[in-house]
Amino acid sequence: MFDPTQAYDRMLLIRRFEEAVEKLFSEGRIMGTAHTCIGQEATAVGVAAALQPQDALTSTHRGHGHFLARGADPGRLMAELFGRATGYSRGRGGSQMMMEPALGFYGTNGITGASVAFAAGLALQAQLAGTDRVVVAFFGDGASSQGVIHESLNLAALWKLPLIAVCESNGYAMSTPASCGVSVDSVATRAVAYGITGATVDGNDPRAVHDAIAALADRGRKGGGPALLECRTYRLSGHSRGDRREYRTRDEEQAAWRQEPLTRIEQALTAAGTLDAAALERHRAAAERRVAEAIAFAEASPMPDEDTVAEGVFA
Amino acid sequence: MSPLTTTQILRETLAAELRRDPAVFLMGEDIGAYGGSFGVTRGLIDEFGATRIRNTPISEPGFVGAAIGAAVAGARPVVEIMFMDFITLAVDQLVNMAAKLAYVYNQSCPLVIRTPMGGGRGYGATHSQCLERLFFGVPGIRIVAPATGADASALLQSAIRDPNPVLLLEHKLLYPLRWELDAVPTPPVPLGQARIARRGSDLTVIAWSWCAFEAERAAAQLAAEEIEAEVIDLRSLNPLDIETLAASARKTRRVLIVEEGPRTGGIAAEIGSQLHERVFGDLEFPVQRLAMPDCPVPSARSLEAAVMPGAEVIAAAARDLATRV
Repeated sequence: MFDPTQAYDRMLLIRRFEEAVEKLFSEGRIMGTAHTCIGQEATAVGVAAALQPQDALTSTHRGHGHFLARGADPGRLMAELFGRATGYSRGRGGSQMMMEPALGFYGTNGITGASVAFAAGLALQAQLAGTDRVVVAFFGDGASSQGVIHESLNLAALWKLPLIAVCESNGYAMSTPASCGVSVDSVATRAVAYGITGATVDGNDPRAVHDAIAALADRGRKGGGPALLECRTYRLSGHSRGDRREYRTRDEEQAAWRQEPLTRIEQALTAAGTLDAAALERHRAAAERRVAEAIAFAEASPMPDEDTVAEGVFA
Repeated sequence: MSPLTTTQILRETLAAELRRDPAVFLMGEDIGAYGGSFGVTRGLIDEFGATRIRNTPISEPGFVGAAIGAAVAGARPVVEIMFMDFITLAVDQLVNMAAKLAYVYNQSCPLVIRTPMGGGRGYGATHSQCLERLFFGVPGIRIVAPATGADASALLQSAIRDPNPVLLLEHKLLYPLRWELDAVPTPPVPLGQARIARRGSDLTVIAWSWCAFEAERAAAQLAAEEIEAEVIDLRSLNPLDIETLAASARKTRRVLIVEEGPRTGGIAAEIGSQLHERVFGDLEFPVQRLAMPDCPVPSARSLEAAVMPGAEVIAAAARDLATRV
């Protein structure tokens, strides 16, 4: 069952986390790179809410939201961005390389589109082992141009794998608008090419995403094979830090902000009488507190051991 | 038992591993009823079925990526890449995913990539390459290359049982060779142990895969001329058994490294450099390399023969180094 208050809390946590990440970069407190998902929280949360504990998820370079939605500890996630020993990859991975199989989370991924093949393999093993695991593979409209996604969906269709490929159509492949990178109006229409189910939902509505994934997962568990779900959303943040967003207008962004998912779910919760203004403030404060605690945990964490930097290359 | 070809030995070893461990499955193009491009998997589908002898579409990035995912989730996939040249298509999955799993994510990835490689069959520049050099400088990928029937079985078993991604290089010219073995599978050997194929005192010849087989033939010729070459078959490029190589270099003081691949940027260059760092003072001459010219592999029989480092040219290079004053 979809719980809108729980979804709201997760979306809030992701939003505050990503805002904090952008601020920490601007202050020079964390280094390297990260891609934030401000504006896309509903997709991550809607998908995760529909999955069972045994299910698996693969993510992208823009993966903090997916990971938090799946239950990541914000402190360990933040610690990875701070390059600390307590981070999910012990400082060896950074934003784009974090994995936690115990949560069924099989990685953010710095190679656009590559994780869909990996996800097909998780689904293959689920099928071989006779489990009822369903695997969701996130990718973006930019990644949809990668050949490996075509190959993976073809494999998944041939072998009837329990794989749901979720395209987060956020409008841009870094700076290239989808209109210049994707040959069709909707990535979901490509499902026809594999003989699988394709659908498009409002990616800024966590309930719509949840309901679509829940139905496809149920189908996948029963041997119905893979599906392709496009979630239409908008990347309100820049591609990564240092993106001056010169390839789009502020007018376009303001229009997108009017559709952004957090405001929408707040309006829905107040309209339904679930939360009043005071309650919303309490939830916001709680999310801010969790992010502040995550930063404090990360900053108090030890640095990784430099003497062992070359160890562990092989299992 | 009657002599078996390398192909048969590989097939019987695969069958034994499939019987031993239900997590093992095979995946690749045309490995089912067709039996693989070189017949290694012929007949396996009859015993193990199409689920475990899994034919794939022509999608190297897709099925290699899927094999990596399956391996992380608990399977032990053995993937066949029809020609090593085609591994270029899957380099992203191997280099950016498989090779990083242990170091970054603390995950094991028990994956084997078997692939026929090398020239000598006139297949031309995109079906004849030895491309292990693409992976030699990538931390996190094991590379093994049998030169004998016994090692084909031993290394294949070790590769399948290893918790890491392993490239198993199968030279096309070794497939039809027959070997007298007591039994197949042979006892596994740990990855990272070179094989001293022949003892000698006049020089050390280092090679792997088909070149190691040819180096042994060259050494037999040289013995008739009273030149005693010590032939070391690497068997494993990663891990590299540099201690065995260095010990031999200290003893013979003259080293020739043979490589089927362009001279520039090759594995011989790295081994030579490591030997110079360790045993420079013991050497009478700098480490010598016998490799292919810096050109693609041509297809005409005469042209291909002109670039392959077979026994005759190995013997000539070894003779030159051994008799230098």
